[in-house]
Amino acid sequence: MKRSKRSVSYSALSLAKRGIRKADWPRVWRHPDLARNYDVVIVGGGVHGLATAYYLARNHGVTRVAVMEKSYIGSGGSGRNTAIVRSNYLTPEGSAFYNRSVKLYERLADDLNFNIMFEQRGHMTLAHNDSSLRTMHWRAEVNKLQGIESEVIDSGDVKRLVPVMDVSKKPRYPILGALWHPPGGIVRHDAVVWGYARAADSLGVHIHQDTEVVGIDAPDGQVRAVETSRGRVETPVVINCTAGWSTLIADMVGVRLPITTRPLQAAVTEPVQPFLNPVVVSGSLHVYVSQTARGELVFGASVDPFSAYSTRGSLDFTEGLAGHVLELMPPLSGMRMLRQWAGLCDMTPDFGPIIGPTEVGGFFLDVGWGTYGFKAGPVSGEQVAAMVATGSVPPLIAPFGLDRFARGDLTAEKGAAAVGH
Amino acid sequence: MLLIVCPHCGPRNNDEFAFGGEASSRPGADASPDIWRSYLYDRANVAGWQTEQWFHVSGCRRFLNIERNTITNEIRRVRDASEGHD
Repeated sequence: MKRSKRSVSYSALSLAKRGIRKADWPRVWRHPDLARNYDVVIVGGGVHGLATAYYLARNHGVTRVAVMEKSYIGSGGSGRNTAIVRSNYLTPEGSAFYNRSVKLYERLADDLNFNIMFEQRGHMTLAHNDSSLRTMHWRAEVNKLQGIESEVIDSGDVKRLVPVMDVSKKPRYPILGALWHPPGGIVRHDAVVWGYARAADSLGVHIHQDTEVVGIDAPDGQVRAVETSRGRVETPVVINCTAGWSTLIADMVGVRLPITTRPLQAAVTEPVQPFLNPVVVSGSLHVYVSQTARGELVFGASVDPFSAYSTRGSLDFTEGLAGHVLELMPPLSGMRMLRQWAGLCDMTPDFGPIIGPTEVGGFFLDVGWGTYGFKAGPVSGEQVAAMVATGSVPPLIAPFGLDRFARGDLTAEKGAAAVGH
Repeated sequence: MLLIVCPHCGPRNNDEFAFGGEASSRPGADASPDIWRSYLYDRANVAGWQTEQWFHVSGCRRFLNIERNTITNEIRRVRDASEGHD
């Protein structure tokens, strides 16, 4: 990868040298002034927006790009998700797309020269009844045809992989088996944001934090300019890479979306010795658990039962979540919860994202990421960049256009995307 | 967690209710396919005061129209759905 001179290498040698010399570390990305015009303006400084900016610059030489972030980068869904990466989706379109993302994640640390701490510890989705076991066999076969490692294992294998799990017949929802997906794992999500920001910045992209987009000027159905809280910039292209606020941004150009925004709550426990290697998911119990490199257990749930733009947690969620985790792993009953939070998820009717052009010239969408947006960051950035730079929609994202709702050609991904992440 | 004051049952926890999404008006039978498509899929997804439908599953089993602020979760008006909505 070509790297500008400004960017400091994070090799072991340079770390040692700088450590010994106690040299100052330079700013990792700049705080540039707002230019009068850009070739592309990206709304939203999360992993999707920053990855799109990076791939526009790296793969297509489009460097007059601005990323507008109303808060600090990674302050939305990118910093609130549970950092799980996997590709064992149900539909061929879905699994092909997420498989590309896993492949990009596998070499992302090298590409960005930034340790994103991607650990492929395996991803296990538990089956508590015959029908989910049946769907898992279906998913495993779809995945295998795509060359994705994915198989159904029995409760003995589950116990071998996660000794703390209660696989007896005692629980209300006994464990019958699981879908086992070895390439799945967890990432340090902030590092992915920072890595992309640093790499995009070094290629010339302007990252504008504390800069809110308040209006988009699109007379005659063609994007001309963006009004921000720091002033107006002219641009022929705007990409909506927001989550939570995607409807409000699309409203600025009169594009209506089939999206409702729902909070998803997550929580983290105090750190303990490593005991849980894979990511464990239970669709029936609406819970997923993983242990971070720091030793904390990260718990996530399904979305809240009603739409809202609020990121406040609720006690019934914490109670329900803790109860479900204890049903799976009874020895955790003594652990304390450290904190809980919520992120905003833009849910679509078919649990597929919305990526593609709109009826407004120059206004592109990369939205509707529901509860599965983080794991798609790299592939989405790569494909959206290709779409914007070449003017044609790449086959990998063609199934996810906004027009699929008019054609009645929905993606049917709910079975694999709804809870199990 | 919301506290919903049901006009029939009094103050109840939102666990008793099923959320039915934002309230909208059904198009006429002669409406174009595009209007039906929009009715089926497109949502205003308001950040602020929203009129929405709830079903009191574990109570009176009546449909309600509720005005709720989607940012603060404050509720200012609850009506039986038979009274319509603004």
